[in-house]
Amino acid sequence: MALLQISEPGLSTAPHQHRLAVGIDLGTTNSLVATVRNGISVVLNDDNGRAMLPSVVRYAAEGDVIVGEAAQAAQSEDPVNTIVSVKRFMGRGLKDLGEISRLPYRFVDSSSTGSGQGFGMLQLRTAAGAKSPVEVSAEILRVLRERAEASLGGELVGAVITVPAYFDDAQRQATKDAAKLAGLNVLRLLNEPTAAAIAYGLDNAAEGVYAVYDLGGGTFDISILRLSRGVFEVLAANGDSALGGDDFDQRIHCWLLEKNNLSALSPQDTRLLLTHARTAKEQLTEHAETRITAVLSSGELIDNVLTREEFQAMSQNLVQRTLQLLRRALRDAKLGVADVKGVVMVGGATRMPQVQHAVGEFFGQMPLTNLDPDKVVALGAAIQANLLAGNRSGDDWLLLDVIPLSLGIETMGGLTEKIIPRNSTIPTARAQEFTTFKDGQTAMSIHVVQGERELISDCRSLAKFELRGIPAMVAGAARIRVTFQVDADGLLNVAAREMGSGVEAHIAVKPSYGLSDAEITRMLQESAQHAQDDMLARALREQQTEAKQLLEAVQHALAQDGALLSEAERTCIEDRMGSLNALLQQTDHQAIKRGIEALNVATTEFAQRRMDTSVKSALAGHNISELGN
Amino acid sequence: MQPSGFNFQQNHFQLFGLPQSFAIDSTQLDLHYRALQAQVHPDKSAHLSEAEQRLAMQHSTQVNEAYQTLRNPLKRARYLLSLQGVDTQEETNTAMPVDFLMEQMEWREAVAEAGDVSVLDELEARLHRETHALENELAGKIDNEKNYADAAGLVRKLRFMEKLAEEIHSAYDEIDT
Repeated sequence: MALLQISEPGLSTAPHQHRLAVGIDLGTTNSLVATVRNGISVVLNDDNGRAMLPSVVRYAAEGDVIVGEAAQAAQSEDPVNTIVSVKRFMGRGLKDLGEISRLPYRFVDSSSTGSGQGFGMLQLRTAAGAKSPVEVSAEILRVLRERAEASLGGELVGAVITVPAYFDDAQRQATKDAAKLAGLNVLRLLNEPTAAAIAYGLDNAAEGVYAVYDLGGGTFDISILRLSRGVFEVLAANGDSALGGDDFDQRIHCWLLEKNNLSALSPQDTRLLLTHARTAKEQLTEHAETRITAVLSSGELIDNVLTREEFQAMSQNLVQRTLQLLRRALRDAKLGVADVKGVVMVGGATRMPQVQHAVGEFFGQMPLTNLDPDKVVALGAAIQANLLAGNRSGDDWLLLDVIPLSLGIETMGGLTEKIIPRNSTIPTARAQEFTTFKDGQTAMSIHVVQGERELISDCRSLAKFELRGIPAMVAGAARIRVTFQVDADGLLNVAAREMGSGVEAHIAVKPSYGLSDAEITRMLQESAQHAQDDMLARALREQQTEAKQLLEAVQHALAQDGALLSEAERTCIEDRMGSLNALLQQTDHQAIKRGIEALNVATTEFAQRRMDTSVKSALAGHNISELGN
Repeated sequence: MQPSGFNFQQNHFQLFGLPQSFAIDSTQLDLHYRALQAQVHPDKSAHLSEAEQRLAMQHSTQVNEAYQTLRNPLKRARYLLSLQGVDTQEETNTAMPVDFLMEQMEWREAVAEAGDVSVLDELEARLHRETHALENELAGKIDNEKNYADAAGLVRKLRFMEKLAEEIHSAYDEIDT
């Protein structure tokens, strides 16, 4: 039994006061709040004893905002104003969503509204006006904050909010903004699989390499961690922020449409069938078959029997996709299946027998499910919140997490210069120097991207900003140092500085859009498929850029010091310039390279003469001792 | 929060209390890295002022940078040479021995033609062995002979091997897709 601490009258309890902190799992389907009470992490229930708050928000016509069970109950009747799975829209623009026709919402292209919150992010038109995903998420978080404050009897010092490990900068920033909007002080954004590892690892005093397989309602994460003497070190993370239990529902939904020859359903009917699809999925965890019956708004009766085998067959490629990402994470961690001591299953969707079976078979061992897969993330987040709030001392643990996707910037010719590679331990910073391309260039624009591909057009654009006031110098003389800082929340800050003049530009990357679901998938797949194409395209662009620079430089030199050349020498140089220009119209990078070399050879003597002349003119009027200083 | 013994001016070896040499005690490196992060990681100052949090982020970033540099043999060699004022000229000096370049071309062809995982496994194992041999040679040049010019040449070779490793890595992903 815990002893009550009673302070003497008049003495402040401040030094020992327990600071109220919570962990919040803001899920696609359900959200939870947990806290550490008497040294034990517990999930906080609502007045009806329910731990899980459905992540559903309804904006009723009367102006009320309804969150949770009641909103969920109204989703078929009022689908347009009832926002389900809003997590999938966080940090996303309208053009990022593949098929919006299947979703029963009225989307707003927010670039036309220009409102403050979530500018550039898509918005949803509801009875209460246009709402950004940040605002919708904030409603869910507000309910959880109020639940926690009522339960703990005081104001919260702060909260740890969990995010999928594979969330990009835009999605993380949107989540943090939502928490702030809900009146929460964010102690940290914590990756969901890492939170699960804390709950599991501290509970079991685990040591060794563990894999956390986290299949949630709308996101999939795989993290490989090494647990050793109180250190949780993430070795690699991979995932798909658009793959989750919802997609299994969609497969059943499509199957129902096909079976019944249905097309172009109303939003009400779409929501109705999706709800039945989810129930059927859950039924098939316990039963070999399930019967789906529903009456559409037209009066048409749906009545189908779905077997577990059929469901497994239609969802097989979803499971295979998770295994593919699992293999990539292991390769990134430079580990094999045999190195993994245990596999922790997280997320309600891991209850599906085909998922358990596939993961068990892959690792050759039974996955660990002794902690409730729906609660383990919130429990871990609460433990970390308690630590961050400063309630512990002595037996602390240390978390070393990573950034999931590479960060880079655009260089000449539409290429990506990777600055921070994926799986770098955070916080981390990298600085890279760039130079001006033209004589007298006084401004430079910096384009920040996230992704694994070499061409800028294949990566996710995060932000663009401009560095102005660079002192005019010859091309290549200015030195622009760009620093990328990723903090412990996985959020990026970029600063650029011209080294000679000290001109500085700072930007907190608040992007208009996050990486789209489909884009991440596509980027990673294509990264492998087109590695070869990328290299060729890159080689070509490099040669083209170099050729253009050289041609410009020679043209400039001819205009300035053409008098240093004989007629024959000048003709030779101009001939080779002509052929290099012709080669630039084609796509053979090796031919361009040879053209560059030929022009270089032709101008070597010219360059030497120019150098001599300029050294002489620089020395004119100075004595030796002056130059020595 | 200025932890005792943390000094921004120290070089990476001094930071971890390790001798400035290519040969490295990786167990000690890991232990010291964790001990330092346990002091400076931002999670330790999440409840403190913004200034203290910012300082923690800078310190923790530097410790990560130092660890990543010393842990990776190629980066470690490059760093050691830079401390000696030697530029490894990886971008500018392309005068590699012809037989080495021929070998690199053969490697690349083999990786491009590898149709299944077992072939890649073999190539990777061989690459690992040859990289290791180069690293041993590098240790001799830096730590014993102090022949930094030769060492810079070996760093340039190792850079080729690193690129090859990256290509093998993407080839695995490609076969998987």
